[in-house]
Amino acid sequence: MADTLLFNALREAVDEEMGRDDTVFVLGEDVGVYGGSYKVTKGLYEKYGEFRVLDTPIAENSFTGMAVGAAMTGLRPIIEGMNMGFLLLAFNQIANNAGMLRYTSGGNYKIPMVIRGPGGVGRQLGAEHSQRLEAYFQAVPGLKIVACSTPYNAKGLLKSAIRDNNPVLFFEHVLLYNLKEDLPDHEYLVPLDQAEVVRPGEDVTLLTYSRMRHHAMQAAKKLEQKGFDPEVIDLISLKPLDFDTIGASIKKTHRVIVVEECMKTGGIGAEIVASINDRFFDELDAPVLRLSSQDIPTPYNGKLESLTIVQPQKIEEAVEKMMALQI
Amino acid sequence: MAQERTLPVFNATDALVTAEEGLTIYEDMVLGRYFEDKCAEMYYRGRMFGFVHLYNGQEAVSSGVIKCLRTDDYVCSTYRDHVHALSVGVPARNVMAELFGKETGCSKGRGGSMHLFSAEHNLLGGFAFIGEGIPVALGAAFQSHYRRNALGDAAADQVTACFFGDGTTNNGQFFECLNMAALWQLPIIFVVENNKWAIGMAHDRASSQTEIYKKASVFGMTGVEVDGMDVLAVRGAALEAVRRARAGEGPTLIECLTYRFRGHSLADPDELRSKEEKEEWLARDPLKRFETYLLQQNLVKGSDLKAIRDRIQTLVDEAVTFAEQSPEPDPSELYRYIFAER
Repeated sequence: MADTLLFNALREAVDEEMGRDDTVFVLGEDVGVYGGSYKVTKGLYEKYGEFRVLDTPIAENSFTGMAVGAAMTGLRPIIEGMNMGFLLLAFNQIANNAGMLRYTSGGNYKIPMVIRGPGGVGRQLGAEHSQRLEAYFQAVPGLKIVACSTPYNAKGLLKSAIRDNNPVLFFEHVLLYNLKEDLPDHEYLVPLDQAEVVRPGEDVTLLTYSRMRHHAMQAAKKLEQKGFDPEVIDLISLKPLDFDTIGASIKKTHRVIVVEECMKTGGIGAEIVASINDRFFDELDAPVLRLSSQDIPTPYNGKLESLTIVQPQKIEEAVEKMMALQI
Repeated sequence: MAQERTLPVFNATDALVTAEEGLTIYEDMVLGRYFEDKCAEMYYRGRMFGFVHLYNGQEAVSSGVIKCLRTDDYVCSTYRDHVHALSVGVPARNVMAELFGKETGCSKGRGGSMHLFSAEHNLLGGFAFIGEGIPVALGAAFQSHYRRNALGDAAADQVTACFFGDGTTNNGQFFECLNMAALWQLPIIFVVENNKWAIGMAHDRASSQTEIYKKASVFGMTGVEVDGMDVLAVRGAALEAVRRARAGEGPTLIECLTYRFRGHSLADPDELRSKEEKEEWLARDPLKRFETYLLQQNLVKGSDLKAIRDRIQTLVDEAVTFAEQSPEPDPSELYRYIFAER
């Protein structure tokens, strides 16, 4: 098959699942007639009609709660957050109802819903449109949190998320929509709970996700030329974390660097470091290092913005420094 | 003291009930009253914990609306949810067991007073935060609408009744959901239980337009006010709203003017509402009023009503025994129900 752009891979996933199961529907701002702000739902309104590709008013908390109610009563909604940052306005419905209601109801209801859309730091979009909500939402019980990073995993993960009987927060990255990849002609699913070993290596484990996977791989190429052999793992599932894959890698390399786009304080990496200390402390030959975004609102200025997130050069330096440590 | 609104005049001939219907409604109201009285007793005796919000005085609303619904319709409630749960048919003993935190509770002891759920009875929940149940109810109504219109299931004519109080009508989710319900003509009934008070905040101190039913008109929605202390008035409005929703004619907002006979919760000292106000509303007790109506119309005999009261008292007492004797949740299941098991 010809190369598929990531946003088209996502559209194929939604289209295939809507074709397979007529309880699956999409809702959100400008998902229908407009085709989605990143064109993930382009053409689906024409194909499936106004109910199954529902243009909502700009009322994030209410349409998210509406999706919870629809999911409780047997439909499988896919919410598109036009920008994931907008979902701060839906925090209550995502946390209290999508996340906790199955538990507080003692298992009376299940909530099969997907909340997907673009997150991450783009190009000079300003602080509010450059958020990484995965860190804010990771403490909510009952949510699965997934981040895609390639057209292949975007499609397979989204199909799995739609079929899952739990609420899944599905993070795309605003700068990855135009990645291209040759996708299989046959249908495939990618499991939600498994990290992906992107580059096997022996020296140090780079744990990363979303766009930072690509920064880590750029760094890995340079490091390879310098004689280093880093292992790059794309976490995929940010909650729950795949400690089988993470642990197997640590037992091999004994060194870990987390490379993340969320802010350092209270970030995904903070949770990973704490969990690694709990589970694999004896395997470590060096303290686990976090490379995170700065703890600031993302500045508009391009230079300041690039200083805010982790650049490949920083990853290279961190690996070299860690490998130079006398053990 | 909040200014009293003139209660709307209601023509009783609009909602005549048969003897059988009358007894059903009466029984439901008695159950609501006796159950809540027992909760207060159990709370003060240290048998149940947390925030417990009782429904005494508002029984005409729950019984008046829910007894118009079919068993496959949906009901969505708030933190003051015990009586809505009873009206939809969740057995009293399973509600009581939930309040005691027991495994046999309708939410397996994980929810508590403000989080009563029963998928079997299409009770969408007890929602503890103000306004958050309205979007969920809207979702259930959208689901029926979707099945009927997108999937062509003509039998999907279920109606959703969504209950909330006067304080909620100043919250954004109320307005957002009224807009979407009217926009898409969803089969939903917004039932506002205007009991005049949030906790200590009088309705007229919180809302620039105190006549809540008028807020529907902005959305092109039918809004009606009814005497919420008169179960037949509520029933009359609800029957029409249900008919319209089921026929695909869209949503209705019903504002029920009512009053709670107890504090906001059992933790509320209830010092702000005046004695005069309370006495005025106590004189309109919906249970006594309906009893008088049934007897004056010669629909039932006093002995029929007494038999109901005795039976319900026994049922409530048995609910307590059941709750007391039920096991607590198994600690090994602390993590159960976080995720769907299939």
